[in-house]
Amino acid sequence: MDELVIQKLGTVTDEEMVLNMGPQHPSTHGVIRFVVKADGEIMKVAVPVVGYLHRAIEKIGEIVTYPQFMPYTDRADYLAAMFANEGYALAVEKLMGLEVPVRGQYCRAISCELNRIASHLISVGTMGQDIGALTPFVHALREREKINDLIEELCGARLTYNYHRVGGVAFDIPDGWIDETRRFLDHFEKILDEYDRLLTWNEIYVKRLAGLGVIPAELAIDYGLVGPNLRASGVDWDLRRDAPYGCYRDFQFQVPVGKGWVGKIGDCFDRYYVRILEMRQSVAILRQAFDKLPPGEVLHPKVPKKIKPAAGEAWARVESARGEMGYYVVADGASEKAWRVRIRTGSFTAMGIIEPLSRGMMIADLVAFIASLDVVAPEIDR
Amino acid sequence: MALTAEQIHAAVSAKFGEAVGALAPPAKDPFFTVKADALLDVCRFLKTEPALAFDFLEDVTAVDHPKENLIRVVYHLWSYRLRHGIVVKVECDRASPKAPSVEPVWKTADWMEREVYDLFGVNFEGHPDLRRIMMPDDWVGHPLRKDYQEAGGYENISNVRDSSLVEYRRMDDAVREAAEKKAAEAAPPAPAAAPLAPTGTVH
Amino acid sequence: MASDYAHDPGAGAQVLTTRTTVVEDMLNLARKSSVWFLLFGLACCGIELMQTGGPRADLDRFGSVPRATPRQSDLMIVAGTLTYKMAIRCRLLYQQMPEPKYVLSMVSCATCGGLFQYSYSVVKGVDKIVPVDVYVPGCPPRPEALTEGFMRIQDLMMRERWKAKMRPHHEEKLGVQYDVPETV
Repeated sequence: MDELVIQKLGTVTDEEMVLNMGPQHPSTHGVIRFVVKADGEIMKVAVPVVGYLHRAIEKIGEIVTYPQFMPYTDRADYLAAMFANEGYALAVEKLMGLEVPVRGQYCRAISCELNRIASHLISVGTMGQDIGALTPFVHALREREKINDLIEELCGARLTYNYHRVGGVAFDIPDGWIDETRRFLDHFEKILDEYDRLLTWNEIYVKRLAGLGVIPAELAIDYGLVGPNLRASGVDWDLRRDAPYGCYRDFQFQVPVGKGWVGKIGDCFDRYYVRILEMRQSVAILRQAFDKLPPGEVLHPKVPKKIKPAAGEAWARVESARGEMGYYVVADGASEKAWRVRIRTGSFTAMGIIEPLSRGMMIADLVAFIASLDVVAPEIDR
Repeated sequence: MALTAEQIHAAVSAKFGEAVGALAPPAKDPFFTVKADALLDVCRFLKTEPALAFDFLEDVTAVDHPKENLIRVVYHLWSYRLRHGIVVKVECDRASPKAPSVEPVWKTADWMEREVYDLFGVNFEGHPDLRRIMMPDDWVGHPLRKDYQEAGGYENISNVRDSSLVEYRRMDDAVREAAEKKAAEAAPPAPAAAPLAPTGTVH
Repeated sequence: MASDYAHDPGAGAQVLTTRTTVVEDMLNLARKSSVWFLLFGLACCGIELMQTGGPRADLDRFGSVPRATPRQSDLMIVAGTLTYKMAIRCRLLYQQMPEPKYVLSMVSCATCGGLFQYSYSVVKGVDKIVPVDVYVPGCPPRPEALTEGFMRIQDLMMRERWKAKMRPHHEEKLGVQYDVPETV
């Protein structure tokens, strides 16, 4: 069954060898597989093979009704499920012409930013783990558990939230939650300094990542990289600031862009450090959101029980933890089920760039390169 | 400077005339349909024309319309430089859908077109590496088509699951049958005439 | 009956392991306190599996550590949705594990298809591929639930006889044939 992949490698000479990596491999971030042709330690090419977690989420979108599909969007990106929720809700709201109440928009932004921190923590932790620093991973999980507790108090789930609804969010913020979260944020800023001391400016870590896997800006755009990966390549673009949705107009924040801190612009270290800086910005956004949080409804009072939008199609995108996540929803106007749901994810396009960049890279560096792209398997395969 | 959808459409149809269809009504996301033969030229124009500068191909997907006997391939474009977007569609015949590949224009189309090929069966002409991406290589059919029928499992793995009680009883039966079969094989052949029935046997 | 077992350890071992319950208990105690599990995160549950091994739930206190290779693992935690494309790999991994081996189906998806029963590409239950000892429901189960399931595996180990775990291969049980080779 692998003939087509082997064909892709071309002729294999006596000096070269073919290596299989994955789909069960501790450092591939889920079930992703690479077939590597290598000459000693130098890779000739690494061909990614995906689809080991293709769960037909898009087909299920055509089988179930609009509100029923919301839990499935969680599973499309389990590390940052709030964004997947929000993207789908935005697309259906666009089809129906609904406006979310302001407090609902704030609840969305708060939940999303908290989720962004949780997602980046996993990314940063596994980045250390994949190149041999095991301790930061445990430190990252420790903070993530605290965020999980907060999110659980907010929406009742630790991982697959199902919090956003068409027309708002499911529940209002519980009493005392904001004070608790503020205390956590104060604590977390100190922890971020600790990460900087522990990992970021660690000399071994820096030397391992500097100048590795450089993606220039034009190449990043051409291959459709989005989010932190794109910004690390020096493209100053963030949907929250440049094409704002929800209540993001109300917040002041910086967009971190890769500067080549230790090597070249767009190397693995830039992609790592952009995420650390984004966590600081998320903390700032959360504080502003708590200060400005208006009273009122969190769910639009006139959302019908049976959601049945008029015939049409909508494209909505959000700035997810893995970059732009787009939902393309086509309604036929006759039924309560969508005619077509399409999810455009950042990890899928990020996987496409691995093959051209892998040429001439060391085998051990492939792991660091994948970790720096922060791909997650269900987002690739859906 | 960001252009509106009308201006983008006007610029493209001024250049390509007949090959470009009308702009969709403004209530929807603005899109226009392009004839398949002209798609590659239109895309090159959209990317290279300085006033349009669509450097980012956000998404390639397809929608199946069995009633019209069409598969529409949908391209979402965005310009980072000028900050405007447009949707381009191509109509393919459902029986033998094919469209030109835009991989030479945007590299990201490589994987996205492979996905559309896998799930809808649209043949992208000129694609460098058109093979299945999500499903196994020997999978039959294109699952996201509306008339797709499941083949009933894969590699002898059935796709049916009964209620857990039935399923577990079936497994237990299979285990017992296997054990009985093995015991029957291992047992010595029965003697021709049994002299005496063993005492204490309960039938 | 000796012929039932795939690897007969011989007459000497039989004296030790089937006639002497104290030795049996000692062996089982040693086994249950060092269950090494295969790091096999398939989908969403892989993250909860990581959190279970993480600082709060801390699966290490049971003497259980993740292993990256099936050849060093006693327990396979199937954490997530199993697709047809992955099913063949999953079976291969199971076959590479040394006896005695255990399988824990961590989530509704792995137990019966769960949320993805409508899907054309998802196996409706990992027990169609490999025999499962403990099922943990949830989507995804909390670390506490997984720990509970893990303790059930330990109970199972304490109850059973060392030799009885050398069970026949699964295809004989289910009466199905696969193209996957026995050893790779």
